[in-house]
Amino acid sequence: MFNKILVANRGEIACRVFRTAQKMGIATVAVYSDADQNALHTEKADEAVGIGPAPSSESYLVIDNILAACKQTGADAVHPGYGFLSENKEFSEALSAEGIVFIGPNTRAIEAMGDKIESKKIAQKAGVNTIPGYTGVIEDAGKAVSIANDIGYPVMLKASAGGGGKGMRVAYDDRECLDGFERASNEARSSFGDDRVFVEKFIEQPRHIEIQIIADSQGKVLYLGERECSIQRRHQKVIEEAPSVFIDPDTRRAMGEQAVSLAKAVDYQSAGTVEFIVDTDKNFFFLEMNTRLQVEHPVTEMVTGLDLVELMIRIAAGEVLTMDQRDVHLSGWAVETRVYAEDPARGFLPSTGRLIRYQPPQQSARIRVDTGVFEGGEVSMYYDPMVAKLITHGGTRKEAIGYMRQALNQYYIRGISHNIGFLNSLMAHPRFMEGDLSTNFISDEYPEGYSDPGIDDSNSAMFVVSAGTIHHVHWLRANRISGRTPRAGSEKQTLDRVVVMGNDYHPIKIIPVAHGYDVIYRGRTYRVTTDWSIGRPLFSALINGDEVCMQIEPEGVKYRMIYDGVVVSVMVLTNKGAELNHHMLVKAPPDLSKFLLSPMPGLLVQLKAREGDQIKDGEELAVVEAMKMENVLRAPQDVVVEKILCQEGDSLVVDQPILRFE
Amino acid sequence: MQEIIRELEEKRNAARLGGGQERIDGQHGKGKLTARERIQLLLDDGSFEEWDMFVEHRCVDFGMADHRIPGDGVVTGYGTINGRVVFVFSQDFTVFGGSLSEAHAEKICKIMDQAIKVGAPVIGLNDSGGARIQEGVASLGGYADVFQRNVLASGVIPQISMIMGPCAGGAVYSPAMTDFIFMVLDSSYMFVTGPDVVKTVTHEEVTAEELGGGITHSTKSGVSDLALANDIEALLSLRQFFDYLPANNNEPPPVWPTSDPMDRVEPSLDSLVPTDPNMPYDMKELITKVADENSFFELQPDYAKNIVVGFVRMEGSTVGVVANQPMVLAGCLDIDSSIKAGRFVRFCDAFNIPVLTFVDVPGFMPGTAQEYGGIIKHGAKLLYAFAEATVPKVTVITRKAYGGAYDVMSSKHLRGDVNFAWPSAEIAVMGPKGAVEIIFRKDIGDDEKITARTEEYRRKFANPFIVGRRGFIDDVIMPRDTRLRICHSLSMLKDKKLENPWRKHGNIPL
Repeated sequence: MFNKILVANRGEIACRVFRTAQKMGIATVAVYSDADQNALHTEKADEAVGIGPAPSSESYLVIDNILAACKQTGADAVHPGYGFLSENKEFSEALSAEGIVFIGPNTRAIEAMGDKIESKKIAQKAGVNTIPGYTGVIEDAGKAVSIANDIGYPVMLKASAGGGGKGMRVAYDDRECLDGFERASNEARSSFGDDRVFVEKFIEQPRHIEIQIIADSQGKVLYLGERECSIQRRHQKVIEEAPSVFIDPDTRRAMGEQAVSLAKAVDYQSAGTVEFIVDTDKNFFFLEMNTRLQVEHPVTEMVTGLDLVELMIRIAAGEVLTMDQRDVHLSGWAVETRVYAEDPARGFLPSTGRLIRYQPPQQSARIRVDTGVFEGGEVSMYYDPMVAKLITHGGTRKEAIGYMRQALNQYYIRGISHNIGFLNSLMAHPRFMEGDLSTNFISDEYPEGYSDPGIDDSNSAMFVVSAGTIHHVHWLRANRISGRTPRAGSEKQTLDRVVVMGNDYHPIKIIPVAHGYDVIYRGRTYRVTTDWSIGRPLFSALINGDEVCMQIEPEGVKYRMIYDGVVVSVMVLTNKGAELNHHMLVKAPPDLSKFLLSPMPGLLVQLKAREGDQIKDGEELAVVEAMKMENVLRAPQDVVVEKILCQEGDSLVVDQPILRFE
Repeated sequence: MQEIIRELEEKRNAARLGGGQERIDGQHGKGKLTARERIQLLLDDGSFEEWDMFVEHRCVDFGMADHRIPGDGVVTGYGTINGRVVFVFSQDFTVFGGSLSEAHAEKICKIMDQAIKVGAPVIGLNDSGGARIQEGVASLGGYADVFQRNVLASGVIPQISMIMGPCAGGAVYSPAMTDFIFMVLDSSYMFVTGPDVVKTVTHEEVTAEELGGGITHSTKSGVSDLALANDIEALLSLRQFFDYLPANNNEPPPVWPTSDPMDRVEPSLDSLVPTDPNMPYDMKELITKVADENSFFELQPDYAKNIVVGFVRMEGSTVGVVANQPMVLAGCLDIDSSIKAGRFVRFCDAFNIPVLTFVDVPGFMPGTAQEYGGIIKHGAKLLYAFAEATVPKVTVITRKAYGGAYDVMSSKHLRGDVNFAWPSAEIAVMGPKGAVEIIFRKDIGDDEKITARTEEYRRKFANPFIVGRRGFIDDVIMPRDTRLRICHSLSMLKDKKLENPWRKHGNIPL
């Protein structure tokens, strides 16, 4: 076994690998860039070595620097995590040249599976289903129709030189195919100057389902069930689960066996993933093979009870798999959500900054948090915005989802924007709950992006009842202040109050009872049991027996409450106060249209306008850089620049005015 | 007898109706509440004891003899806020525009006199068109009588003004002399001379809102301590604020029981101060993480933002916080911030409220604007305030404490009781760069040498040990333990006794 493992990665995956290494009694080494000097992964390892400046191209991606770190610390094996150098054959070669073990597959497998065309050929040869199609040049429409009939409708006609959706046509029958071929060729000719068109099977409502395999150096390959990763946003996975609602035992076996035969075809060893696209009739087709540990591996671990990282380490150290396929059992259901530092309300722009508050939910047998950050740490603009993965395990899918919703409600993050509200909304989505998934799910269900669902009759009770309870706790406290006159009122008092949320008034009665309150709302009594006390950000309570966890922040005389992805500002008033509140004028929010605001925190790299300039609608005004991405800010309409409020090189906070229009 | 009771009821009804339903509707239409409604929301339910409901004005000129309304435009009395006694006057804009008559002023004076006698705070809800012109100088005299009481009550009982409508001309000077001024946005304004006079005299065109609205006074002039969205939020905020204040200058601050453990450790504070000394960070994060229940009642949040002031509770008891804010102007001291913090420290000192100071100050702001504006005298106000204060004083230096500003910020030399430094503290005459350019003037131009010298200076002085050696700080503490160490210090200082030499009064550089 190895003495010391270096993890050539950062964030949650580095911490994840260290955990297993430490469990196995192996010493650990972290590497870090300048931006990660105080990052969590450097704390979690026994040693930490700096490997260069913040940009990953100058640190985490520099093979020589990582080799140097191995030599300096005497590490005899390297785990690459995912991303960075995990599928880089030069890296694995460079390590073996130095006698350091790469914890992953052999170079040939990395190389073969890294090439889209090559891997498809190998897959076909290994008897793996690939998307039916005709990659040769099609001479005319007639030929296209005959090929389409061979493949079976619907088919996709695609320009060979295509991209960006141009020159793409979907055909459901011969007529559409004839017509589509002509149009696709014409479009291809005018767009790309190349009228070659090919045809392949069009998968409607596709699902992304992948098979985890594990292989040892003796050629034993096992499949560890599937993961469904259909919930994606712009090809980035957001939610993963194991098993898939869609896969029956036969399909699972067929997919698993094909994955195994592909792995055998390239003498695969270590953990790997074969990704498939699955159509509505459960036909599955090879997409690609990832020759590394996947981000979403924990769901497989939760349902199989295996530690994939441990298996990878043991296999890399020459051990053989002692289990057989029949020993692989899937138990219960696991769901994973990816917590990103991004702002769903602003088109999911990345968010950076200090984590002023960061309290993940308590870990337990059913809740696992793989985190790469800590309270007081920094989310920097240099790396992937994923800060943690939240994984729950239940006896059934419904149970796992229930735990996930609770865990998301407990996840307390301040200082940066995050997608927890969005994740919660996905979890609560009826289509998700039914398991009716496809990779188009997010674009179908959230075509305008995500916004706070807000309050309606279906969810108002939890907010109203919690607000009433919190108010009473506060009221009791206020009545224990020193210096009171003797005649001041009694403590255990029933209060009649009105909970005001936006324009809605909810009258309630709050009755103190042993260990809590009875809150009467809309004729129904809610029994609230809680030990919440003032200042705690999480209000946990049993409300009529249901566990509820809500995030609470005092906001002047109001409370900001966050629950199930809904954020509301709540005021609790006496009946008289509520009556008088109707006289308060609704004030229009300040007119920000006169300002160009920074949509995210970042660096103002370029200002393209000067004071007095007349700028046409859509022309560039400024460039803000964040997360290595340049974001061009354009004029929202024809404008005249009145005043410049920032300079190039300034660090901007979100919503900071950059310039003012006339 | 029956008749008198009936008449009493009639008079009460008349008084309750103030200027009549039409005017009440007018007030509501503007998003404003009536004088009585405001009191009802401010005080505990049913606690209000009204005085002088039957007072009427004595003016006979200009037809006023036929025009009397019981109460005469101001509702006065006392009641409780969370059980603690407070005297209140609430001007009634529906009665003669809330204008101040001699009788109106007498009513205010009466409750103020009583408040001083019993040692209870006074809250004024201001909504008045100004002097009762019909009464002439009698009204002016009334103002002066109120002013005099404001001054006599100053430092004896807390006085709070809530501006909920117009407050113009001489009327502004009563709130000006109270301890705190809160304003309601969009419906209140304060100025000495209104837009019309301004236009005639200086030819400036300005609206009442621009000249003296809530935003103006809470961002530009610093007259207002807090601007609030509307009447309801303003009155409820005032209730919250009142819970921080002691009843008078002989009482300790109130204790609000808490379950927040005093030894709560905040590991994230260890990474609050960035490694780069030129990077800002938010001092309010420190304040809220150290305070009981993470709550901080900030005053003047939008004015002179380079210094932060407000109240927190430590182990339940009110503590005043003064903190440099590195996010704004690097946290340097200037005219506005010195006045803002100086006045706050003096309030705390007057009312037995301990002062907790967080220091990250690179110095005083340089420039002609500051010098011509009199930074010498204004900066001295903060120095004076800290130096004269005899309440418990606990100071934590988080990063920079340079030059004269180090002395000013509640240093050991100004009778600081407990002065802590974080490991990141740099206490020095000036920043390394400036110091090197003076000590090694001849090396200027030789970048290599200057860089080396700067590094040398930083190594030598950019740490808490130089002053530690001299006892200017009592200990170097880990940021995560700050709450615990402050709580220990404050509890040790609970019975602190310190008196300044007898004098009629000191002469603060006004």
